[in-house]
Amino acid sequence: MAGQHEPSTFTNPVINWIDTRLPVFTMMQKEYAVFPTPKNFNYFWNFGALATVQLIIMIVTGILLAMNYQPNTAMAFDSVARIMRDVNYGWLLRYIHQTGASMFFIVVYVHIFRGLYYGSYKKPRELLWMIGVVILLLMMATAFMGYVLPWGQMSYWGATVITNLFSAFPIVGKPIVTWLWGGFSVSDPTLNRFFSLHYLLPFVIVGVVFLHVAALHVVGSNNPLGIDVKSPQDTVPFSPYYTAKDSVGICVYLLVYAIIVFFVPHLLSDPNNSIPANPLQTPPDIVPEWYFLPYYAILRSMPNKLGGVCMLFGSILILFVLPWLDTSPVRSARFRPVFRWLLRLWVVSVVVLGVCGAHQPLGIWVLLSRICALYYFGFFLVILPLLGKFERPLPLPESISAAVLRNRGGGALPSAAPAQSMEKA
Amino acid sequence: MRALKWAAIGLVSAGLAVALPALAQEAGELPNVQWSWEGPFGTYDLAAAQRGFQVYSEVCSNCHSMKEMHYRDLTGLGLTPEQVKALAAAVTVPLGVDDQGNPKEGPATPASQFRSPFPNEQAARAALNGALPPDLSEIVNAREGGPNYVYGILTGFADAPPDVKMQNGLYYNKMFPGHQIAMPQPLHDAQVTFADGSGNSIPDEAHDVVTFLAWAADPNMTQRKQIGWRVVLFLVIMTGLTYAVKRKVWSDVEH
Repeated sequence: MAGQHEPSTFTNPVINWIDTRLPVFTMMQKEYAVFPTPKNFNYFWNFGALATVQLIIMIVTGILLAMNYQPNTAMAFDSVARIMRDVNYGWLLRYIHQTGASMFFIVVYVHIFRGLYYGSYKKPRELLWMIGVVILLLMMATAFMGYVLPWGQMSYWGATVITNLFSAFPIVGKPIVTWLWGGFSVSDPTLNRFFSLHYLLPFVIVGVVFLHVAALHVVGSNNPLGIDVKSPQDTVPFSPYYTAKDSVGICVYLLVYAIIVFFVPHLLSDPNNSIPANPLQTPPDIVPEWYFLPYYAILRSMPNKLGGVCMLFGSILILFVLPWLDTSPVRSARFRPVFRWLLRLWVVSVVVLGVCGAHQPLGIWVLLSRICALYYFGFFLVILPLLGKFERPLPLPESISAAVLRNRGGGALPSAAPAQSMEKA
Repeated sequence: MRALKWAAIGLVSAGLAVALPALAQEAGELPNVQWSWEGPFGTYDLAAAQRGFQVYSEVCSNCHSMKEMHYRDLTGLGLTPEQVKALAAAVTVPLGVDDQGNPKEGPATPASQFRSPFPNEQAARAALNGALPPDLSEIVNAREGGPNYVYGILTGFADAPPDVKMQNGLYYNKMFPGHQIAMPQPLHDAQVTFADGSGNSIPDEAHDVVTFLAWAADPNMTQRKQIGWRVVLFLVIMTGLTYAVKRKVWSDVEH
């Protein structure tokens, strides 16, 4: 390393001095400015950048909220009320943070769907995908513990129900639950450790996101056609092309986010969580936040608790082996006529599971959630391994630029005319 | 376009997943009152909220606390600091302990919490036949149906139908889940006399006190919406500008 020391090429003397000694500017230049990126991304490719933005928003608002929050069962609820009423713009911080959790999951779920639809998990991006699943798991743990902190009724009872899941495991189950709680029920030690971990895990997520991006920059981005980059003509430098396109997405995203925060901040909150936690009174129906409802439905679809818990964990863990379950060499669903519809059906089954999760497991909801849970797992374990053998994919274009040119030459030119008129203006 | 279509489908489904649990929780039939603070431009009717504070002070506060509220907050209802000071001074609240370590009481200041009718839960239950009146600071947020639910409770008292067997010490209420509530009917026609001569039938009093409680549960709403409009306007302009820049940047690339 020492022998290959090269002077930096930046002209600004300060930047040059730093960069020669610590090439952070060269790295940024290489990874975010000239980084060759397929030129045919659609707006689905915004969601990685959106997730990064949201992670930063959550950390900043979270640090400020933590300055005013008391992780003590006697004070937590009132300290949140104080944030909402007396801390300067505390209501704004809290609504951004609270709504932000939901926004984060929307973004990440779309990001994951993008990966599924365009086969971004396939060789050579398996590890990139698996690191992403780790981020999802960390996010879920962080969100769950964060929801406990306001110490409302749903905080308390949600924490009780979810931590109790571990008691389903034979022999080790009960000791694990006691260990998680730091006592014999959800109480002060539980709240303290949840607060500590809720503060820690986002920074772990930052580290894993760094690995996710590092792995991405080794293999390069997938694209809507799912074919490899063949020549420099297939790519554009990340900046200004994708910095500009991501900025559009970020603005639209922030607009939707702001409308919820400022005009309907209670849209996603459960009224029960405005009631202080009461260990002696169970709410009529304990439901998790919307982003956990599909897993909750999978859990409750099983007649046996241990079975339900295994299915619950399995529903996420199965994503780790997805790259080896899908036997088709074709990445993008555009060229997989059967997969395309079966994947959409899978999305429908997840949404229906979410609706089932919001209802008491009675009557039709049990049957529905069982059918959908069956399809959820069947899609991964049966359909994907077999489909690769039987499906006849459509012919793939020879390259990204060839496909782009054919699109342009073919039908009308939907976007060319306005672009020209803008250049005149 | 396809991307947008999928995004729309995703959003709608997410919305469904959120909305359906709300629909699933059934209580009595919710009244549908037009509240002044509904919608993106809605603000609190402060005159009604001030009358509502009077209803709370004269009626509700005999049993219900509002622990998250301080007298100083009442400036948000349009009262002057002098009015708040006078109003607080008329209330006796606990003031910690004196030099001998005995609990002492005295007139409240604007910084004091609203006086609680009972020193603790046990005292409340002992005095009220075992029932615990919920704190009203966030009651409008804490019930499915929000202001309409609270209004429905206050206006929902009636004689029990002959086929309903009432439990001892409970009262019939059309709104309350199960229809048997521990609270006796709190509001009656002409129970409160308003200085501004406003109507004081049960629905009038309920309307005013719910307006007060909605303000108390979300006192920053007006400021929130005002900032919201500026933020939304800014982001709309930013979106337009950014989109124009993006079109310009991409104009030399076939994509």
